Amino acid sequence: MSTDTTPGQILDPVADRRLRTGPLSNGQDAAEARGYVDPPPRVGFFTDTSVCIGCKACEVACKEWNRVPEDGLVFTGMSYDNTQGLGADTWRHVAFIEQRKPLARQVTGAVARTGLESHDEGDASGAVGFRWLMASDVCKHCTEAACLDVCPTGAIFRTEFGTVVVQEDICNGCGYCVPACPYGVIDKREDDGRVWKCTLCYDRLKVGQEPACAKACPTDSIQFGVLDELRERADQRLAVLHSAGVSDARLYGRDPDDGVGGDGAFFLLLDEPEVYGLPPDPVVGTRELPALWARVGLAAAALSATVAAVFVARRS
Amino acid sequence: MSNQSNVGREGQEGVRPGRGATTGVHVGASSSNAETAVRVRDPWAPRGQGNGRGPRAIASSAGAATASYYGLPVLNEPVWSARDIAGYLFLGGLAGASAAVGAGAHVTGRRALARGAKLGAAGAVGLSLAALVHDLGRPTRFLNMLRVLKVTSPMNIGSWLLAGFAPAAMASAASEVTGLAPTGGAIATAAAAVLGPGVSAYTAALIANTAVPSWHGGHRTMPYVFVASGASAAAGWGLLTAPPTECEPVRRLALVAGPAEIALTKLMEREMGMAAEPYHQGRAGIYMKLAVGLTALGSLTSSLARRDRRAGIAAGAALLLGSAFERFGVFRAGVQSARDPVYTIAPQRARRAEVTARG
Ligand code: SF4
Ligand code: SF4
Repeated sequence: MSTDTTPGQILDPVADRRLRTGPLSNGQDAAEARGYVDPPPRVGFFTDTSVCIGCKACEVACKEWNRVPEDGLVFTGMSYDNTQGLGADTWRHVAFIEQRKPLARQVTGAVARTGLESHDEGDASGAVGFRWLMASDVCKHCTEAACLDVCPTGAIFRTEFGTVVVQEDICNGCGYCVPACPYGVIDKREDDGRVWKCTLCYDRLKVGQEPACAKACPTDSIQFGVLDELRERADQRLAVLHSAGVSDARLYGRDPDDGVGGDGAFFLLLDEPEVYGLPPDPVVGTRELPALWARVGLAAAALSATVAAVFVARRS
Repeated sequence: MSNQSNVGREGQEGVRPGRGATTGVHVGASSSNAETAVRVRDPWAPRGQGNGRGPRAIASSAGAATASYYGLPVLNEPVWSARDIAGYLFLGGLAGASAAVGAGAHVTGRRALARGAKLGAAGAVGLSLAALVHDLGRPTRFLNMLRVLKVTSPMNIGSWLLAGFAPAAMASAASEVTGLAPTGGAIATAAAAVLGPGVSAYTAALIANTAVPSWHGGHRTMPYVFVASGASAAAGWGLLTAPPTECEPVRRLALVAGPAEIALTKLMEREMGMAAEPYHQGRAGIYMKLAVGLTALGSLTSSLARRDRRAGIAAGAALLLGSAFERFGVFRAGVQSARDPVYTIAPQRARRAEVTARG
């Protein structure tokens, strides 16, 4: 994993401010802000969950390509999801949600011709239908990545592609990135002592290949590409779904003005984010850190002053 | 007809569903109350998932106030061990404040108090370093912490602070004990006293700068809580080690810091909103109650320490324990808040609703 520049070495607060507030708030600048000269365009994933069939090919392809160890063979009883969530040994996770709700006003050919009702019984409120939501979750490769910001060793760095990667030869397993990630992505592999997460197949990107999960996805639910293009494509898809009556459809993580400066891997969802186990409005902790440091300084000064005072004060 | 049961890894609870079991009725909903979420310990607790780090909620009871994914946490639970990291928060606070007390006693010629405080600072920072290194997944890579200088990482800044503070505190103690190099000792004492309060305070930034609701929620007040708690512990250590003739300053410190710790903790909880709940639940709740009780007791007893050495010792021990329970309580509350998705989801939802309402 050698790069032309040395990544993640020194924070550039000016560049980071620009990232947040300026017009240069897309991911390509995330790479430029870390000192890359003329980096390739920022890439990412657009995961369109409306076409996901829950086949888990992405989970398998990721495991195989990245040689991710077994993450527990359990039966959870949670629909078809025995994986549960992202972690050190799970870099793609397919969620399954079962709902008493029609996907849209779908009229099948048989119903139209015969006038027969669908086999759905309907509940007390008269709502008819049943839908299955499936979504393949992954590291968001945040524009303002909490894990990267808090990493004390510089093990986590911004690649030239604008993605966020852990260097396993540097990580000392301090575990700070784990509670810092607002999405619950990165985690420690206990027997190994270091943390692991999706690399957006950094090795494949370097040789011009798309990540393994996107390659394996049979429905193109996982789309890999240049982030700006993916955002356009997602907007079009959202418009199509809305005009087809799927009013629940929404984009998640697409907005560069959100609490993490936009996700490098964003989603089209059919329900609220929390239904899929995603936080509804995550904010990177780093935004409040300057004020927090100021309070730390004040508190330290208050301690010094108090101790000085108790020694100086006269005996009453 | 409707399926009223929760299906968990240990089988079903409640009514057995008939053939017409409805799907998705109880799915995707978590209780608004942490206590009612059904938690099932996985007998095969796999590594990596659940990490053997205690139970993970996999099913939730009815009462769908907040939607979630099968009641599973949104965040990954902190991987830090309570003994190491909560212990580190306590020892760092004690070491930093003791260094300041040591300098004060040094300047005002209180020899026994100075000796105790300097030794306390050196011992506590030594132990806290050991705890830090012990908690690393790769302890031999400890020095990677000093590979970079990053203000966005409180742990990195803390490592640099400790890299300055620990040698100063140890040199100060060594000179005190051996009587060698008194000028160097005085300089080291001063350096430790300058860096010490920073060591006491920065740990608040360390844990508040995370996504853990009951830690992050304290980002306004926690630095003050932590220095008060550190001062209270240092006062306790002083009362424990110094004779009544010299302990007047630490007695005063105990009278100020103890009540400050209690009051500031209350203030911090008030500012946290919902994320304050874990401070009153489970083990965190017990620790926080013990912290208040012991700190109050220590503060009150310290007023007797002017005459009675035994009262000083009792007060000192109570203050030290109170401060330790405070840190373990804060640590534990954070872990509990990370386990329950409601503390992550509900406040974010509320914030989003507010933004939408404002247009
Ligand atoms: S989702 Fe979490 S692990 Fe991934 S880049 Fe963002 S903060 Fe880091
Ligand atoms: S565990 Fe490794 S990657 Fe995570 S913050 Fe610590 S050193 Fe960085």
